[in-house]
Amino acid sequence: MSVVYSSYLPLLPELALAIGAMVLLLAGVMQGEGSARTVNVLTIFVLIAVGAFVVMIPPGRHTFFGDSFIVDDFARFLKLLTLAGSVGAMLLSLNFLKVERLQKFEYGPLILLSSLGMLVLISAADLIALYLGLEMMSLALYVIAAFDRDNVRSTEAGLKYFVLGALSSGMLLYGASLIYGFTGTISFAGIAKAAGQGAPPLGLIFGLVFLFVGFCFKISAVPFHMWTPDVYEGAPTPVTAFFAAAPKVAGIAMFVRASIVAFPGITEQWQQIVVFVAIASMALGSFAAIGQRNIKRLLAYSSIGHMGFALVGLAAGSVEGVQGVLIYVAIYVAMTLGTFAVVLSMRRDGVLVENIYDLSGLARTHPTIAFMLAALLFSLAGIPPLAGFFAKFYVFLAAINAGLYTLAVVGVLTSVVGAYYYLLIVKIMYFDEPARGFAPMPGSLRLVLAIGGLSNLLFFVYPAPLIGAASAAAKSLF
Amino acid sequence: MVTALFFYLFAGVCVASAFMVIAAKNPVHSVLYLILAFVNAAGLFVLMGAEFLAMILIVVYVGAVAVLFLFVVMMLDVDFSELKQGVLQYLPFGLLVGGIFLAELLLVVGAWTISGNLPQASAAAATNVDNTEAIGLVLYTRYVYYFQAAGIVLLISMIGAIVLTLHHRERVRRQSIPAQNARTPATAIEIRKVRAGQGLEP
Repeated sequence: MSVVYSSYLPLLPELALAIGAMVLLLAGVMQGEGSARTVNVLTIFVLIAVGAFVVMIPPGRHTFFGDSFIVDDFARFLKLLTLAGSVGAMLLSLNFLKVERLQKFEYGPLILLSSLGMLVLISAADLIALYLGLEMMSLALYVIAAFDRDNVRSTEAGLKYFVLGALSSGMLLYGASLIYGFTGTISFAGIAKAAGQGAPPLGLIFGLVFLFVGFCFKISAVPFHMWTPDVYEGAPTPVTAFFAAAPKVAGIAMFVRASIVAFPGITEQWQQIVVFVAIASMALGSFAAIGQRNIKRLLAYSSIGHMGFALVGLAAGSVEGVQGVLIYVAIYVAMTLGTFAVVLSMRRDGVLVENIYDLSGLARTHPTIAFMLAALLFSLAGIPPLAGFFAKFYVFLAAINAGLYTLAVVGVLTSVVGAYYYLLIVKIMYFDEPARGFAPMPGSLRLVLAIGGLSNLLFFVYPAPLIGAASAAAKSLF
Repeated sequence: MVTALFFYLFAGVCVASAFMVIAAKNPVHSVLYLILAFVNAAGLFVLMGAEFLAMILIVVYVGAVAVLFLFVVMMLDVDFSELKQGVLQYLPFGLLVGGIFLAELLLVVGAWTISGNLPQASAAAATNVDNTEAIGLVLYTRYVYYFQAAGIVLLISMIGAIVLTLHHRERVRRQSIPAQNARTPATAIEIRKVRAGQGLEP
């Protein structure tokens, strides 16, 4: 019997997450609204336990359910990263929910179920599992975007995200059905085999394009980014932090796995799409953010730009490129969560302020926070020796080695443009007249800011673990 | 021969009623045409030998979805004639966009060469079991993962609907069936002797 149990060990994270979400949901229903804080705190422990289960999975490649569920180094790396993003977002939520009177016990279980969708997505090795994971993740995201349901902006954000998300799911399904029709299989390996023989049929390319449309929407890459600023601005701020971190990791994971595993024979067909999307995202992320004064909208454009940079690595289509993508996404999650910890601490007279000029003179009122935020912003801009520089370095290096010189040059130029608005915030914090200080920063936010900030500051001291893990993860795909 | 006849019957009625869904003036008629379209599509499924899908289409779409539509249309006070007023104004532009789409589609179809060596989707293996039985054989075994995942997706949508719409109102007197059932004459009735010329309360 024990042999049977241990052979199913790689499924334990997903099972634990599903059961944990349902148990917490039931506990919340039984105990009533008063249990909301306990349920939300327990959510963090469930996520950490699931992370431990991911670490416990024996090394190697495991497949289940007729090869529709796969656990390899790539999945392990990204699952840990996703769970870290979810834990960070939950930590950011605790104080916010209390102060804004949004304590509801459904919040934690919805985050758990959304994370479950992300894990399913990361492990998906065929089109149906991919779609189910995507919907599981997105449905929960639509609900928590509108979680502040008495706030018009929050409900608008939820509705907008839902309508556009449903449209993109439709496109993705249309693409998936075309791919199935022209290859006769839904499994990535089978598609790769069918697509590799001879010239790919036109219908397959068609399906590929539609599939990529769906992917680009989920990671908010240009030209399917329009929802991002509105949803980021309207959703409650910790939810925005969650959107910017965990689902992006899962989205990039499915993008990379589907491209590399299912379409290796027709790389040149999808490479040009990814190159275009990467250039457009980097350019729009840099230029459109310049005029933004609302910090949530600014971070929305920043995340669009960063997804463009991450896709530069995918465009290379090599082991090196995938490694670059993984390093980029890991550093991006740390930077984003740290930045949002500061955004959530911008509370004056009990109200969250969102304008970047509210940060005026932060260096004098809150020197530590200002220093950390400055480090994170320098890192987001990609200035050495901070982590963000290495993230960009690896993807550009992969692009150059793959012969994509134009892409690398455009990437470097747009990151110079992008540096303007990051440095503008640093200038406001350090050289403008101080505004009134903010309310003291709650402990959970301090924790996230410290982890995010220090990991960015000190990455260059000991980068080996992340780079080694990303390298192993990237190799497991090829 | 008979099959072809029925195919054209179902397909023709299906397309015609689908057109009437958007053309009908009265929204209730639109929904009724929609039901007709569903029933004819179910007929097409039967012709293809997919009787399970046909029945599911009737049960789910006609039985649940269309009836729900009907309720919504009848209960919401939407002035559909007002909604349709702009149609003529936008018609030229709509035709232009439609024309461009059609031209593009024709170009694609023109370039589309369906090669003979396309893979054939694997047909149903066993012929001695009918549709429903065949699905039942694999749904909880081979496809249990998809099945459970779909179940969780439905759970999320249920949680979402409750989170976003349910209002717990304070100070609402709710009916408690157990409390009502637990009442006995001893707890509900009090018997007093009332003397003539005096009230109950002293």
